[in-house]
Amino acid sequence: MLDVPVSATAGIIRRCEDLFADLHFSTARAWKAAKPGRKVIGFMPYYVPREIIHAAGALPLGILGGGDQLEVIHGDAYYQSYICRIPRSTIELGVSGRIDFVDGMLFPSICDVIRNLSGMWMLMFPNTAARYVDLPQNFEDDVGGEFYRSELNEIREWLGRITGQPITDDAIRASIEVFNENRRLVREAYTLRTDEPWNVPASELYLVMRAGFVLPVEEHSQLIRDYLASVRDQQRPIKDNSRVVVSGAFCEQPPLTLIKSIELSGCYIVDDDFLLINRWERSDVATDGDPLAALARSFLHDSHSTPPKYEPDQAKKGLYLVEAVRKHRAEGVIFAMASFCDPALLDRPMLQDILKAHGVPQIAFKFAENSGQMQPIREQAGTFSDSIKLWSGA
Amino acid sequence: MTIITRPASKPADIIKDASMSKQKDMMARHYERLSDAPTNGEKVAATFVPGNLNELLMCFGLVNNLPEVNAIQSGLRKQSGGYVMEAEKSGHSEDVCTYVKSDIGMMSKGNIGPNGRKLPDPDVLLLSYTGCFTFMKWFELLRQQYNCETIMFHTPYMADGKITKDMIKYMVKQLKQDVIPKLEKVSGVKFDIDLLREHLRKSAIAEDDLVWVLQSAKTKPSPIDAYFGGIYYIGPIFGAFRGTDDAIDYYRFLRQEVEERIAEGKGPVTPDGDMGQERYRLVVEGPPNYTHFRQFWKMFYDEGAVVVASSYTKVGGTYDFGFRHDPVNPLESLAEYCLNVYTNRNLPMRVDMLENYIDEYQADGLLINSIKSCNSFSAGQLLMMREVEKRTGKPAAFIETDLVDPRYFSPANIKNRLESYFQMIEQKRAGLRGAA
Repeated sequence: MLDVPVSATAGIIRRCEDLFADLHFSTARAWKAAKPGRKVIGFMPYYVPREIIHAAGALPLGILGGGDQLEVIHGDAYYQSYICRIPRSTIELGVSGRIDFVDGMLFPSICDVIRNLSGMWMLMFPNTAARYVDLPQNFEDDVGGEFYRSELNEIREWLGRITGQPITDDAIRASIEVFNENRRLVREAYTLRTDEPWNVPASELYLVMRAGFVLPVEEHSQLIRDYLASVRDQQRPIKDNSRVVVSGAFCEQPPLTLIKSIELSGCYIVDDDFLLINRWERSDVATDGDPLAALARSFLHDSHSTPPKYEPDQAKKGLYLVEAVRKHRAEGVIFAMASFCDPALLDRPMLQDILKAHGVPQIAFKFAENSGQMQPIREQAGTFSDSIKLWSGA
Repeated sequence: MTIITRPASKPADIIKDASMSKQKDMMARHYERLSDAPTNGEKVAATFVPGNLNELLMCFGLVNNLPEVNAIQSGLRKQSGGYVMEAEKSGHSEDVCTYVKSDIGMMSKGNIGPNGRKLPDPDVLLLSYTGCFTFMKWFELLRQQYNCETIMFHTPYMADGKITKDMIKYMVKQLKQDVIPKLEKVSGVKFDIDLLREHLRKSAIAEDDLVWVLQSAKTKPSPIDAYFGGIYYIGPIFGAFRGTDDAIDYYRFLRQEVEERIAEGKGPVTPDGDMGQERYRLVVEGPPNYTHFRQFWKMFYDEGAVVVASSYTKVGGTYDFGFRHDPVNPLESLAEYCLNVYTNRNLPMRVDMLENYIDEYQADGLLINSIKSCNSFSAGQLLMMREVEKRTGKPAAFIETDLVDPRYFSPANIKNRLESYFQMIEQKRAGLRGAA
């Protein structure tokens, strides 16, 4: 079994579990109700410029599907069996009124399904503003960068119409600084997990990070600080686990039980691409000059590689995963990809080839956010962990 | 009761009208040109149908090779099923696009084209990324295989239902700073914008005739089938012939043929000859199935059902809403073309189009053929169906097949659904007569 956290950590995790399980988003509702005129902007994976939402005085609210606790009744009526689960549970959240307090929805350019969901939202919820966030696939500053800056400006104007207030450059710069601080803390937590995975179980870290999708960013930063202080103050037993990177769950999220199952099977997850938005930019976004240009520059030159992003250089294709293995001292990669996820599953053979060329052991399986049967996952991951321990040259 | 009969012997020869034979000859000629390219010293560009920049490629003497069309040809020749499974055996997920897997499987089996000859390796991959995310991964996979120059040409999505100046600017910049210089480098040919203008001028002439032909289906009875027959009609202009004299000749010829059919009061030509009485006029959303193309079509024409408008014939350009390639603004025009392809339009625009087709073509209803492989088309279609039904009051139906994976074509189910749908239309008519 997973080691029980000490009481201070346990309290933090209990709070995060409550936030995670709350599919009525009571915290965000309460935030909105606390002050007249407050607005909440929902966003879907994998990346949107939260800084501009924050600068508008609104709350960015991550809508990451319904997980394994939401019964999808209406949502299934909108999708064929061969389409992934996240859009149908998102529709369910909308139709069932669970996100009726959301004033606007952002749908990033990640795949055809989420793209088309932006249009569905316009048709189904005409009273909620909906906007597609087009992300550049050209990474030259004066081409893709300029386009993305114009897109960011349109988002700024769109948000300004929702709040009734123009959003100034100064406000965006201030929000960038707030998010820079949050990203620094996220990176610190990830680094601690790499160094002491026995003290920072992935299932705990996931919950702490997931809380950042419903809490105001300032509150989330404090939560991470508290968590870091708490785990540094404890020492859990070190196990003879294998160190693995989990890759492929950058959109539809795996059930928490899946993350726990991988850990229970004898793996320390030392890196992953869950909830990638909270560390999308690898270092601080500049806070001087044109803030939209700064966000655009970071997107182009300082953001994570992930399947929905084009890799212009064939020689670099998939190397981010090899680098993650090296940086986090991992011994293997587990590809955990959502069923029917085009970007992930189309990319997988290429990533597998790269890992093979670099001698990195790997396994692959698929999941849905409501997958319930974890025994096969545990067996597969357990066998993988054992094979690394027994046969790996590392 | 639905009875599925299997032919005891080879099916009868397909009856084609003259334009279909002409089209087939053009396509065959193109495949021969492709196969001969290495010996003739011609360079080859692989690219996609939506966002196809044929006029630009011709400026550099590059021969256009379209992987989707190759997959379609494999489907029509009953080869794609094996190719798809070959790709799955080598690690490609059963969940993803079968066009991609058919292409990958075909490569692993020697890349033999429909003419029975090897298709050449591309010299350049022009990743014109319009309306479909899978295209990007597809060309990353091909790039891994061919290790050749790959050019990304990104088309923004028409999410707000409009084309902005910033979108055009972004695309023209990509053309000027990236696409054209790389094509010059690969081909060794200097770009000549006047040559591009000339190709675009020719495109617009052919486009006029294509639109006339597609809109001829407003006539009763419709002289064409705008889905099954429409696939023949779009072949040259969506493929390697847009911007050529051949395309102008073909569409002029096709138009004359259709004019004659109208004058004679004839319906469409089907593989079994002239269609009988037109009983149902349908609008179809979504691509067809290619592995059982003839069997699928027969389910329609046997019942007197003709497709008067389809969204699939707009996947390589929505010319019927007024767009024409413009020699005066050549690069801007290429950008606008890419932005306008059907799957790059947001869902509200797609619903508006289908509603408009039902009204303008006096259709009895909407049929959606939902394709397992194609999320770009399929995600949201159930909502689209409801919306169109609500707005037009006409019945809609939903069937599911796949592009080139024969495992997803279930004839009994489809036939059953279609028969029920035709009964639904009859009942609706009876209800209307009763109300009158």
